[in-house]
Amino acid sequence: MATVIPLGHFLTVAAILFTLGVLGIFLNRKNVIIILMSIELMLLAVNLNLVAFSAHLNDMVGQVFAMFVLTVAAAEAAIGLAILVVYFRNRGTVAVEDISLMKG
Amino acid sequence: MLIQFIAFYVFAAVCVGSALMVIAARNPVHSVLFLILTFFNAAGIFVLAGAEFLAMTLVIVYVGAVAVLFLFVVMMLDINFVRLRQGFMQYLPIGATVGALLLVELLLVIGIVVDSPDAGGLGGAPMPPVERQSNTHALGALLYTRYMYLFQAAGMVLLVAMIGAIVLTYRVRTGVRKQSIAAQVGRHRADAVEMKKVATGTGVTL
Repeated sequence: MATVIPLGHFLTVAAILFTLGVLGIFLNRKNVIIILMSIELMLLAVNLNLVAFSAHLNDMVGQVFAMFVLTVAAAEAAIGLAILVVYFRNRGTVAVEDISLMKG
Repeated sequence: MLIQFIAFYVFAAVCVGSALMVIAARNPVHSVLFLILTFFNAAGIFVLAGAEFLAMTLVIVYVGAVAVLFLFVVMMLDINFVRLRQGFMQYLPIGATVGALLLVELLLVIGIVVDSPDAGGLGGAPMPPVERQSNTHALGALLYTRYMYLFQAAGMVLLVAMIGAIVLTYRVRTGVRKQSIAAQVGRHRADAVEMKKVATGTGVTL
């Protein structure tokens, strides 16, 4: 094991971070930017879990996987913000409830 | 040993506190700044877990690129955030219920986690001791050999994201006078200059 800190401590921090991400999505139902930030928080929590288990099991594969999660998170943020910019340009707002305009 | 625990608890406390501020801050710019603080402290936790390269990647990618991207978007779009804040309290009960439920479930899972006796040996890539090989070196040795195709696929994901972002936000403006290099280069002398013999006492018609 690469660290003296027990596994449960890492997992607890990651669990709290993930919960805060979910809570952020619930509380800021109207603001897409905060929702995107909450998703980033959840992905960070996932990465923390992967790294913690990588250290605990003495296995490098968890860190490789965490790196791929990082890549996808960066791509997701770029695309998400691009969609947000286009949406704001067309509608003049980023309120989530206006996005469901097309549901009929 | 003790100093590691102190560092871990400081990093974890600041990380959780700033994550709370990300979702609770009134001003989205403050949210982004707290997000940066969260990522910095998460990088500290990564270092404590022995993943130095990922910690530095987190700082570079998240703080240097993603958070700054968020900051740009928040500052550039002229959004009425006061209206977006409405309903925050309205969703608090259901959000708090779901969040508490999720947290309790996750912590229960953590409480009962038991290692299989041979779980350590099952991993395909045992971590070399730091004295022999640095974390970055070990990660690279794994990434560029066994996970080469996945690495290429990750690069493809980034390429698609880049092209997608450009295509989405690119806007052809009409009615804007811009320099046209092609028209400039494609111009011939015959189109531009005309020699005329001017007879004395008469004008020229152009």
